[in-house]
Amino acid sequence: MEYILNLIRSNQEIIYIVILMIFLGIEVIGRVPSVLHTPLMSGANAIHGVVIIGAIIVMGEAHEIVAIILGFLAVILGTLNVVGGFVVTDRMLEMFKKKK
Amino acid sequence: MELNILTICYLIGSITFILGLKMLSNPATARKGNLIAAGGMAIAIAGTIFLYKGPDGEGLHNYAWIFGGLAIGTIVGFLAAKKVKMTAMPEMVSLFNGMGGACAGLISIIEFGRVSSDLASGISLHGKLITIFLGVIIGSVSFAGSIIAWGKLNGRVKDFSFGGQQILNTIMLFIMVCIAGYLVFNITPSNAYLFYVILAGALVYGIMFVLPIGGADMPVVISLLNSFTGVAAACGGFLYGNKVMLTGGILVGAAGTLLTILMCKAMNRSLLNVLVGSFGGNKGGTVQQSASGGTYKEISVSDSAMVMAYANRVAIVPGYGLAVAQAQHVCHELEKLLDEKGVEVIYAIHPVAGRMPGHMNVLLAEADVSYDKLLEMEDANDLFKTTDVVLILGANDVVNPAAKNDPASPIYGMPILEVELAKNVIVNKRSMKPGYAGIENALFFQPKTSMLFGDAKSVLQQLVSEIKSL
Repeated sequence: MEYILNLIRSNQEIIYIVILMIFLGIEVIGRVPSVLHTPLMSGANAIHGVVIIGAIIVMGEAHEIVAIILGFLAVILGTLNVVGGFVVTDRMLEMFKKKK
Repeated sequence: MELNILTICYLIGSITFILGLKMLSNPATARKGNLIAAGGMAIAIAGTIFLYKGPDGEGLHNYAWIFGGLAIGTIVGFLAAKKVKMTAMPEMVSLFNGMGGACAGLISIIEFGRVSSDLASGISLHGKLITIFLGVIIGSVSFAGSIIAWGKLNGRVKDFSFGGQQILNTIMLFIMVCIAGYLVFNITPSNAYLFYVILAGALVYGIMFVLPIGGADMPVVISLLNSFTGVAAACGGFLYGNKVMLTGGILVGAAGTLLTILMCKAMNRSLLNVLVGSFGGNKGGTVQQSASGGTYKEISVSDSAMVMAYANRVAIVPGYGLAVAQAQHVCHELEKLLDEKGVEVIYAIHPVAGRMPGHMNVLLAEADVSYDKLLEMEDANDLFKTTDVVLILGANDVVNPAAKNDPASPIYGMPILEVELAKNVIVNKRSMKPGYAGIENALFFQPKTSMLFGDAKSVLQQLVSEIKSL
C-alpha cells in the first residue's frame, strides 16, 4: 500500500496530465457531426503516430544489432502511420472543401 | 539550451494536436486542423532527432538508420495514401493504425531487452516494467486486430467464430495480465522468456478479438483499435517521460473511445453489443429467417428509366455498391439529367451507409454533387411518403425493414431509411446475395420493389442513355 501511494506521489505530474487529457479528448470532439466521423478517426489515427518519437529515441540509443534492426523497423512503421495518416485524412477532407 | 528548445517543440506539438482535433470536428475548419496537427508533429519529430539528449546527456546515434527509416516510411506512406482509391480508404486507415500499434509494440520489445540486462543490478524497475508490458500488450493487440480488420474490409479474411470464443478470449486476456503482473514483481533473468509468451498471446488475442466481428461493424472496431494504439503510444510517453507522446496518445485514446461510442450510437447499438453479440456469433438465428424469402420481380433498364423520368421526386439511396463500382460520377450525371426534366432528385444518406460513417458524403462530394441535395436520414424519412421512386444503389442493410419489425434480427433496433413508404422502389444490386451483415432483406420481396441487377456503374450509364433518348 505504502509502495503504491509512493508511486502515485512520485508520478503525480503524469497522472494529472493523463486525467486532464482524458477530459480534454472527450470534450474536444463532443459535438462532431456524423459526416466527419471517418476523417476525425483518420486524423486521430495520424496523431497517435506520435509514437514515432519513441521509435526515434530507441533507434538513436541502440547499440546491438538486434535492437538496431527492430528500431529501424519501428521508425519505418511509425513514419508510415504519421505520413500515411495525415495524407489520407487530407485527401478525405479535400472533398469536403467544395462545400460552398 | 538544446533541451529547452526541445521542450518548446514538444509543447507546440501537444497544443497543435489538441487544436487539430478540435478543428477536425467542424466541417469548415477540418482540413486546416489536420494540417496544423501535421505541422506540430513535424516540429516534434525534427526536435527529437536533433535536440534529444538521453538521461546521461548523450545525443542520439545511428543517424543513417533514423533518416533511412524516415525516408522509406515517408515515401511508402505518401504513395500508398495518395494512390489508394476512395473506396479502400477505410482499409488504409486500419492498416496505418496497425503500423502505429506495431511501432509501439516494437519499442516495448527493445526496451525490455535493455531492461533485462539491468535485472541483476537490483534497481526497482516496477514502473518501467508495467509500462513496457502495457505497451507490448496493447500495441500487439492493436496491430494484429487492425491487420485482420484490414483483411476483412478487402475481403481477404472471412468471419470466423466458434462456440465459447468469447470465454476463451477473456481467459486468454486474463492469463496474459496475470503473467505480466507476476513478472512485474518477480522478474529474474531465468523467467524473462515469459515476456515473449505475453507478446505471442497478445498477437493471438488481437486476431481472435476481431475475427468473429461482422464486416459491417469494422468501422467501430477500427475506431476502437485506433484508441488502443493511442494508449500504447502514451505508454511510450511514460517510458521516456516524454510529454508530447503522453498527451498525444492519451488524447487519441480518449477521443477515439468517445468516437467509437458515437459510431455505435449512430447504429443504435451499444459497444458491448457490437463486440460480444457479433453477427458471426448468432448466425444460427438468422439462417432460418432467410428461408422466409419468396419471389422478387425484376425490372428492365428502359422501364426503370421510364418510371424515373416521369416521377415528381426521385430519392437515390447510395450504398457500398456505388462505392465499389466507382459510380458516383455517373450517378451525378443521372441526377442532372433528371433535374433538367423537372424531376426533383434527392440523396438519402444513412449515417453508416458504405463502410464508414460519412463514406457516401465524401464519395458524392468527389463527384460534385451539391450538398443541399444530400439529406440525412431523418429528413429523408420525412420525404419518402411523397416520393415516387426510390433508387437504391448497392445499399442493403440500411434499408432492411427487419431492423424495425424483426426483434430476432441482428440489426434490430438500427434506425433505417424507410424506403418502403415510397410509391416505387428500384433496387440495383449485383445479385440476390445478402449484404454485409449477411442477412436476408424482406424489402426485396415486397410487391412495390423491383430488382435491377447489374454493376451500379454500367446500370447507371444505361439509365442515363435511356433517359436521354426518351
